Amino acid sequence: MPFTPEEILAQASTALADAQDLTQLDQVRVHYLGKKGLLTQLMKELGALEPEQRREAGQKINQAKDRFQELLDARKALLEANELAVRLAGERIDVTLPGRGQAVAGLHPVTTTLRRIAKIFTSAGFRTVEGPEIEDDYHNFEALNIPAHHPARAMHDTFYFDAHTVLRTHTSPVQIRVMESEEPPLKVIAPGRVYRCDSDLTHSPMFHQVEGFLVDRDVSFADLKGVIYDFLQAFFEKDSQVRFRPSYFPFTEPSAEVDIECVICSGSGCRVCGQSGWLEVMGCGMIHPEVFKAVNIDSEKYTGFAFGMGVERLAMLRYGINDLRLFFENDLKFLQQFK
Amino acid sequence: MQISEAWLRTYVNPAVSTEELVAQLTMAGLEVDSVTPAAALFSGVVVGEVLAMEQHPDADRLRVCKVEVGQGEPLQIVCGASNVRPGLKIPAALIGAVLPGDFKIKKSKLRGVESYGMLCSEKELGLAEESHGLMELAEDAPVGADIREYLSLNDNLIEVDLTPNRADCLSVEGLAREVAVLNQIDYQSAPLNKAAVAHRDTLHIAVDATDACPRYLGRLIKGVNPTAETPLWMQERLRRSGLRSLGPVVDVTNYVLLELGQPLHAFDADKLNGGINVRWAKDGEELALLNGQTVKLDPEALVIADDARALALAGVMGGSESAVGEGTQNIFLECAFFAPQSIAGKARRFGLHTDSSHRFERGVDPFLQERAIERATQLITEIAGGSAGLIGEAVSEARLPKRLPVELRRARIERLLGLLPSDEQIAAIFRRLGMTVEPAAEGWRVTPPGFRFDVAIEADLIEEIARIYGYNNLPSNRLLVRTELHKATESVLELDRARDLLVDRGYQEAITFSFVDAETQQAIMPGADMITLQNPISSELSVMRGTLWCGLIKAAQHNVNRQQNRVRLFETGLRFVRFEGQLLQEKMLAGVALGSAHPEQWGEPSRAVDFYDVKADIEALFTLTGCAARFVPSEHSALHPGQTAEILAANGERIGLIGMLHPNLEKQFGFDSRVFLFELDQDVLLVKQKAQFKSLSKYPSVRRDLALIVREDVTVEQITNCINELKESAESALQTVVPFDVYRGKGVDEGHKSIALSLTLQDYSQTLTDSEIDAIVSKLLENLKNKIGAKLRD
Repeated sequence: MPFTPEEILAQASTALADAQDLTQLDQVRVHYLGKKGLLTQLMKELGALEPEQRREAGQKINQAKDRFQELLDARKALLEANELAVRLAGERIDVTLPGRGQAVAGLHPVTTTLRRIAKIFTSAGFRTVEGPEIEDDYHNFEALNIPAHHPARAMHDTFYFDAHTVLRTHTSPVQIRVMESEEPPLKVIAPGRVYRCDSDLTHSPMFHQVEGFLVDRDVSFADLKGVIYDFLQAFFEKDSQVRFRPSYFPFTEPSAEVDIECVICSGSGCRVCGQSGWLEVMGCGMIHPEVFKAVNIDSEKYTGFAFGMGVERLAMLRYGINDLRLFFENDLKFLQQFK
Repeated sequence: MQISEAWLRTYVNPAVSTEELVAQLTMAGLEVDSVTPAAALFSGVVVGEVLAMEQHPDADRLRVCKVEVGQGEPLQIVCGASNVRPGLKIPAALIGAVLPGDFKIKKSKLRGVESYGMLCSEKELGLAEESHGLMELAEDAPVGADIREYLSLNDNLIEVDLTPNRADCLSVEGLAREVAVLNQIDYQSAPLNKAAVAHRDTLHIAVDATDACPRYLGRLIKGVNPTAETPLWMQERLRRSGLRSLGPVVDVTNYVLLELGQPLHAFDADKLNGGINVRWAKDGEELALLNGQTVKLDPEALVIADDARALALAGVMGGSESAVGEGTQNIFLECAFFAPQSIAGKARRFGLHTDSSHRFERGVDPFLQERAIERATQLITEIAGGSAGLIGEAVSEARLPKRLPVELRRARIERLLGLLPSDEQIAAIFRRLGMTVEPAAEGWRVTPPGFRFDVAIEADLIEEIARIYGYNNLPSNRLLVRTELHKATESVLELDRARDLLVDRGYQEAITFSFVDAETQQAIMPGADMITLQNPISSELSVMRGTLWCGLIKAAQHNVNRQQNRVRLFETGLRFVRFEGQLLQEKMLAGVALGSAHPEQWGEPSRAVDFYDVKADIEALFTLTGCAARFVPSEHSALHPGQTAEILAANGERIGLIGMLHPNLEKQFGFDSRVFLFELDQDVLLVKQKAQFKSLSKYPSVRRDLALIVREDVTVEQITNCINELKESAESALQTVVPFDVYRGKGVDEGHKSIALSLTLQDYSQTLTDSEIDAIVSKLLENLKNKIGAKLRD
């Protein structure tokens, strides 16, 4: 017998230790354990021995095989670990390079503002309704208690198509359209574009309003005050002072302008609030009996309130935008500031 | 309206500061816009009298004056003004005085002569922008008096922005009444001393238009002094209300307008022919107005006329030919009540807006005319002399506005305001507002005074209670209950979700004007019916957009002109089109994309955006709705004829268009890269298909790839239709078809293309065998060959 299992094992351990990669390692495995491997060969030669010798020799060979397998596994694990380490090192990237593909853009700040307003009111059960922008004189004025030649019309600077067709000057006609077709109780907000024939630093010929109204039994001015107060706290995320000032709108009575403590200077007086400490943010009031009459709602049975606000104004205050004209220039440098 | 605080305080003087007074007005609905001091801050200036004057020994233009300032010894003051003369009364700034601009007066030497003060011009006191020489004071100015006291300069100009319903506050007396109510004190009107009737001459007064003019008063005042001057106090009050002094007669009419709110007009009686008639104008009648404008009248215009012609546009403006002038000695003073509805809009028709029309449109007290004409007569005769004649009056009692009693119920107050003040509080509020209050069964019967045109129904009275009680003292309810649950529909996709998707795919939301340039619109939709504004802001904003592309293209241009070489914008909103005579306002969702497909980055090669990039964005919207849509080759005058598709819903309804801007327009609009556009109809686009579960197959799926050679004009849709037909008719195992390559060139005949498809096959009842798959594929190839001439690429 040329080599004992022990001798072969000794050889094999050196060969295993010399194997530098998995391919070499596999060659070593084949050399000793393959079909024609040295240890396999020893096993095959057992048949030629006497039964007693066979048992003893077989055990030795098996021990050598087991030991070889252990050494092989250990070497394999080591080589694999080395190989992985090399791969990992080679695959190192610069994680600070920017990501690939399309970039996310943003919503117009007017839309974001409209969404926030809608979210606040829908949480209290208000529905959103839209209406036409080219309106008839009846819905824009007459039904809202603004007859022809009423001085309030002069405040509206109306765009006309003909004597009876206008670009709506406010979103209040939606109030009429809803009350014409539905029975109270009603809780509605009507956002949208409105138009006034006026264009300068502080006036845009097109802007956005949100009209809101609630009609039910026993709705009072106190309810209106509560809703407006809560809305302004929610919108500005600030516990600001709010005050109600008597004003005049032909379609509400009593009517009020709502001022909020200046969100820029917190009431101490600044350029934005004209040093007054107050910002005029919306108009509101109890729906006028004449308006109920125009839509056949019994004002003895139902009362209601309505309010209206300028969206650009709220957006300007919220985001510190200082020029109304920026809203409609659609300059990407402006728009990209809002996500 | 602007008035002087000092004037207001002669009527009612509550113990509150200017700041508090102004806050009271604002919080009562009479919004104060601004408060401006009547004069800049200065001190130490008194009325002085020049006693004597000598030439300065060393300066030709300087005089050495002895000035009496009421301090014992006269002061020596050197002065360079040309109008300085002995006997002149002037403002004299004493040593220690501080003039506007923090200019301190000290003892000084002018060319060697000592000067103990300074004689002042109006400019130096901050009373005028420009002045020539010293300010000359009246002869009776009391020497030594503080000039601020003497000229009542410790005053503020209060600008009140009144709402159209509060015409009753368009006067000092009206505001005084409100201040009195708010402070629960009384106000005092200016005393009225009626001038004695000194002659019996009158003009005949007739009113044809009794509806429009229920009351007209007129009186002749003869022999007024044409050289009389308006006293300083009146000039100052007018000036502080923003009115210039124009001679005593006109000044008095303006003064009474401010004092009582009643417009008056004075004619030069010598320029009138015969009697007065208030009538509707004749067609084509002309009238030269005081402002130099000549208007052509029609029967819609109300005029004051004499026997010969129209003299004045009633309630708006007088005529120049009958106007009071420098030599006027005899005047005819008129004072009328015009019905608001007959004056409303009349001034605006002629492009006019006057203090008079402003008041008449909103309502002047119909019972004020006699008092006003007496007050004006008193002031005119006091200032300019003259003898007053009898007041002639034409009145149609029946046409005067009636103030009817209004029922006010306690329960209604509480229901509307959420609070009920005490009976005493309520009655006191109405009494101080000049209303008559009587008890009634459920509350009160309240009759408003003549000057309150805005009080006619119960809600008007409740508003008055709220206003005076203070809106901020009324309760506030913080809880809104009674609400119904909202629907959460799955039949319509929320527009907000579609917006978010586009934002996430890199489109910035834009909002553009709904009115656009007619030329741009004409270029994009030639021949389309334009919906044109009668009174646009400018020609660039004159027609309603027939497509959102007009504004988006303009916005894209704006950005391209500002070095943005990649623009992706979308907008939602209405487009306005006329269809079969009907005006349609259609909700659209539109977008524009130009420049590179992706933002500049290191990891992908740069590539220009193309049709399929934008198509993918639209297809993504259909993924959200779960609805199938077809892209059908189409044409549109604004788009490239080979890169335009109409998008159709499964039921054939038109969703919109996608395409590349036509190269001609690309050039016309000044773009230097390709521009892609889409516009979708929201109503069709957002129709949503509720998801419907289908059970999953337990058996494995198999992929087979095919490369087909087809003619160039065969579309992928034709191929997929063939496959789908087969799937529906026979081979349900065909699952999906994905085109993954399109090849032209070597190996493919000219006029043909190779389309590589991957098919997924899966059966619900068994694992497909190779031979089964082969059978399906050869059946498919057979169909494709027969229908569209496709053959397998070798």
